[in-house]
Amino acid sequence: MEPLYLKNSQPCRFGDIPVATDFREFADEARTLLSDSRCHCVNYFAFAAQDGIHLIMCIANDAEAAIAVFSHILTDSEVPSMQIEAVERFEREISENHGITFTGHRWPKPLRTTPDDYPFYRSDNEEHHEVGVGPIHAGVIEPGHFRFTCEGETILNLEIMLGYQHRGVEKLMIALPTIDQKSILAENIAGDTAVGHSVAFASNLESLSGFKASREMVYARTLALELERIAIHTGDLSAICGDVAYQLGNAVYGRLRTPIINYMQKWCGNRLGKTCVRPFEAPYKFTKALAEDLLKTLEAFEKDFNLMSRQVCHYPSVLSRLERTGSVKYEQALEAGAVGMAARASGLSRDVRKSHPYLLYSSDMETVVKHHGDVYSRTQIRIEEVGNSIAMVRKLIESWPFDETATQMAAAATPAMAPDTFVLSLVEGWRGEICHTAITDASGKLALYKVKDPSFHNWRMLELAVRNNEISDFPICNKSFNLSYCGHDL
Amino acid sequence: MKHASLISVFRRQGKQYIPDPRTAEVPGIFRGRPVITTASVDAVAVVACCPMRAISAEGGISIDLGKCAFCGKCARMFPEKISFTKDYHIATTVRENLIVRESVDAPIEFGPVPECAGIFKGSLKLRQVSAGGDNSCEWELGATGNVNFDIGRYGIEFVASPRHADGIVITGPITANMSRALQICYDAVPAPKLVVLCGTDAISGGIFNPEVSGLDGSNACLDRSFLDTHKVDLYIPGNPAHPLAIVNGLLKLAER
Repeated sequence: MEPLYLKNSQPCRFGDIPVATDFREFADEARTLLSDSRCHCVNYFAFAAQDGIHLIMCIANDAEAAIAVFSHILTDSEVPSMQIEAVERFEREISENHGITFTGHRWPKPLRTTPDDYPFYRSDNEEHHEVGVGPIHAGVIEPGHFRFTCEGETILNLEIMLGYQHRGVEKLMIALPTIDQKSILAENIAGDTAVGHSVAFASNLESLSGFKASREMVYARTLALELERIAIHTGDLSAICGDVAYQLGNAVYGRLRTPIINYMQKWCGNRLGKTCVRPFEAPYKFTKALAEDLLKTLEAFEKDFNLMSRQVCHYPSVLSRLERTGSVKYEQALEAGAVGMAARASGLSRDVRKSHPYLLYSSDMETVVKHHGDVYSRTQIRIEEVGNSIAMVRKLIESWPFDETATQMAAAATPAMAPDTFVLSLVEGWRGEICHTAITDASGKLALYKVKDPSFHNWRMLELAVRNNEISDFPICNKSFNLSYCGHDL
Repeated sequence: MKHASLISVFRRQGKQYIPDPRTAEVPGIFRGRPVITTASVDAVAVVACCPMRAISAEGGISIDLGKCAFCGKCARMFPEKISFTKDYHIATTVRENLIVRESVDAPIEFGPVPECAGIFKGSLKLRQVSAGGDNSCEWELGATGNVNFDIGRYGIEFVASPRHADGIVITGPITANMSRALQICYDAVPAPKLVVLCGTDAISGGIFNPEVSGLDGSNACLDRSFLDTHKVDLYIPGNPAHPLAIVNGLLKLAER
């Protein structure tokens, strides 16, 4: 069996996905591909079709800008676990959703259910103690449970229990009858990445319908993605400063986020960019007046941002808290299947914009990669990426196709989706790789919709980062990743 | 050198706070309280255009802001009938007040404050509980405390411990997996206490409300029974709620 290689957002007939008759052949193929550090598992899921449960493996090859897709139709409800760390969370999901048992799975814990009697990993040593945090945390943030095993002040192990936010997004995506409703749901997958998830959703639907987005829509989506990156990175920098009690950084970065998100509101009426990106249309036109306003906003923003960032990067009492805190080594990131910003901070250059280009991104773009894998690396990445995004936004505006009239399609004219078709879209949100996968049925309706937020991979990174750190440094480690609970729990 | 540049950072900030969040002007095309004209339109089409099923045609067209996702679809399709104003004074203590009716262009009535509200005049501490929230309302609640909105100047603050709180602010459609933690948190708040719902998801379940999908049955992932047994003291609509809507709702609740 040879896998089928697809480009980002390239649809294929579901029947064309090669099927490995033997599970061992399926697993061996995955293992072979994943042994190459340029390949990683972007999605692995089960789909209950008429002829049985299909296991579908999607592995992206970053060097070839291709995604290998292949499947296996289960003949048994019990199959051996691949015992690959980056795949094990997917196996847990399949197990929970379809009742499949993965024998030899090293950690068959629930993924999105929260049983009271779950046995957390624990130490029998009398000198060790446990600290339980959550589901409700100290701040105004989402819920999740953290169980620390500590020796004195030092964290030996952290086990994270998620699932408190489970809202049934994937089932609802199929059940909701209209595209408007599905779009609102896509914006609510993770409200802090409303644009990222909306772009992935729109790409899938448009690919399935054979619809080609106009140049103006492509520009608008690229711009929205980069503005989202600037806004959230700036907010995260504020929070990182706040967690090390550096109030000036906290206040300055905090207020610098405001003009960017207010700008989103001027454009589309929503500070988080909800309703900015919709499939088959660009609901809010980007005008010349808006472009001028944005250039002015960015000019004022950039000066203050750079001045503040220089302070942060030279302030000994801040640096002493950020450097060597929460380190994740390259090998660990690779094994965990890390993606996005968190991977790049550990020297693992994974950026879908560059490796699987879409919209206006191209393979020659510059990505920021750091090598220490500590909180400071993740801080530096944000600072530099904000600078790069600003440069990208200015370039976009220079070549913006203002003269072209927007192709706004009325809802009634929405093209029908192709039947029995598979499509997978990768989008680099500010956290990292967002992957949406869709399969249509014989009538062209969605039969399956899988959502994968980058947090799905990266929560493991946080568990690894805090080991041998003081428990008082947990908040700053957590903030440096700023992972999504609802994006994981769906 | 270091000192000089630190001072320049301070100097460049200027005054960032909004002098009066009660009267501040929102930039751009903010979608706040809608206005529905008496223009005659195809009522069936207006009702059908709303993805959230927030529009009703009984006794004239009306929009329920507790269900509205503020996507602006209706205003784009029927601009002569529906438009959104920049009025962010849309929080209320009465659920029915969130229903905006045809030809009524008046501020949303805040409604009576709970009896105990007066004692929180000088200091209102709240515990936030995200129960399936998508981190957008959480974000905006956090923004109320930043240097721009600075809700702290009114003695309103989000605290870590429910023991220190005067009430809870719920975001999200209330997932089954969070329902027990929500109850435990509420029980831990000393009486008298307030319950605030922030955002469309919290008020009606939003897009997760099984009524929206038009299919019978329920969303097994949600458990909204907490709201059957506890009185809600404040509804702040929005997707997410705008910081100014939140600030003004809380200020009126604390009778400030």
